[in-house]
Amino acid sequence: MIGSLIGRDVRRGSTGATWIPAAFFLLVVALIPFALGPDAKVLQRAGPGVLWIAALTAALLPIERLVEPDRADGVLDQLIVRGMAEEIIAFAKIAAHWLTFGPLLLIAAIPGSALLAMSGQSLVRTEIALAIGSAGLASLAVAIAAVTSGFARSGSLAALLLLPLAIPLLIFGAAASVGGHPSALPLEAAVSLLLIAGAPFVAGAAIRATMT
Amino acid sequence: MTALLRFDGVALRRGGRLLFEDLDLEIGTGEALQVVGPNGSGKSSLIRLAAGLLRQERGRVERSPFALADDQPALDRELPLGRALSFWGGALEPALDALGISHLARVRVRLLSSGQLKRATLARAAASGAPLWLVDEPLNALDSDGAERLAKLLADHRAAGGAVLAASHQPLAGDWTRLELGE
Repeated sequence: MIGSLIGRDVRRGSTGATWIPAAFFLLVVALIPFALGPDAKVLQRAGPGVLWIAALTAALLPIERLVEPDRADGVLDQLIVRGMAEEIIAFAKIAAHWLTFGPLLLIAAIPGSALLAMSGQSLVRTEIALAIGSAGLASLAVAIAAVTSGFARSGSLAALLLLPLAIPLLIFGAAASVGGHPSALPLEAAVSLLLIAGAPFVAGAAIRATMT
Repeated sequence: MTALLRFDGVALRRGGRLLFEDLDLEIGTGEALQVVGPNGSGKSSLIRLAAGLLRQERGRVERSPFALADDQPALDRELPLGRALSFWGGALEPALDALGISHLARVRVRLLSSGQLKRATLARAAASGAPLWLVDEPLNALDSDGAERLAKLLADHRAAGGAVLAASHQPLAGDWTRLELGE
């Protein structure tokens, strides 16, 4: 059942709006040279941090379609009725969301790095950090989607919740991307793992709470 | 006779309001219980409680494997009906036949009317093979042909040893034990 749920969510996620977060990510990156000027040194220096900010904002876009449609349509009810634990449902949604969000983000980071005149080495470091961070970000997005599902204007509320909670990921992820302290990457991985491990429980409890 | 659903002194509170208390009921094989009552009396909540989607405040609920058919289609709108239903598994073709919607299997869910969607949710319950069916307002949006097919489907299910708990403010065909809520 969990496999077919992941498959279903990946299929649903990759039909219509999958490319929107990646396109938004590139758009935010493309704005930076206009704001900071074309000086390659400045852009290079800001590059990894800019890619991270763009990734965080892009992660906000899919939130509203992660949990709420399935709640409103009774899909969550039918899954629970079939004996699926809310946490397992949440885990499946995280896996499916990351599969549709993470890889496209990593691909979009390649032209993004070119827009910021980043070196190949800097791009590789950023890609590694984004690959690790995007999994944590996807987990956080699903947890917040579950917490805010059923609320009016849940999208803006989700943004207010997600961005502050993503700060630890941003700190260590951006530090790992600029090749700062060698422990930045392990710390980012730790934060990401914490989010991946915690999110199914938060989302599961939120789904249970919205039932009653 | 074994009970497929049993409520023992059950009380349910929603939003601070006590919907019912000390409710006992038992549905055995071949039996059917219709919950009646005015709007807001807790018919749908009773169905959701029976399905385990709500928690009772007091009392005990015991249930056999069951299928839930309520007003939420829970079908992917972009998929053809057959594929959308097959996600939920079960013996689909006889169920689609019984509800007269086999010809819709290739039609996208978003193009279906509310009556056709209702038939689809009933078909999902029928396909599940579960002995206990929990159906909420089964006649909503059904035309007379749909209502006849539903009556036959429920009668066949009961004849095969199944049980049905239905919430409806409209009279259902066949012989039903009635439970009045909100008196």
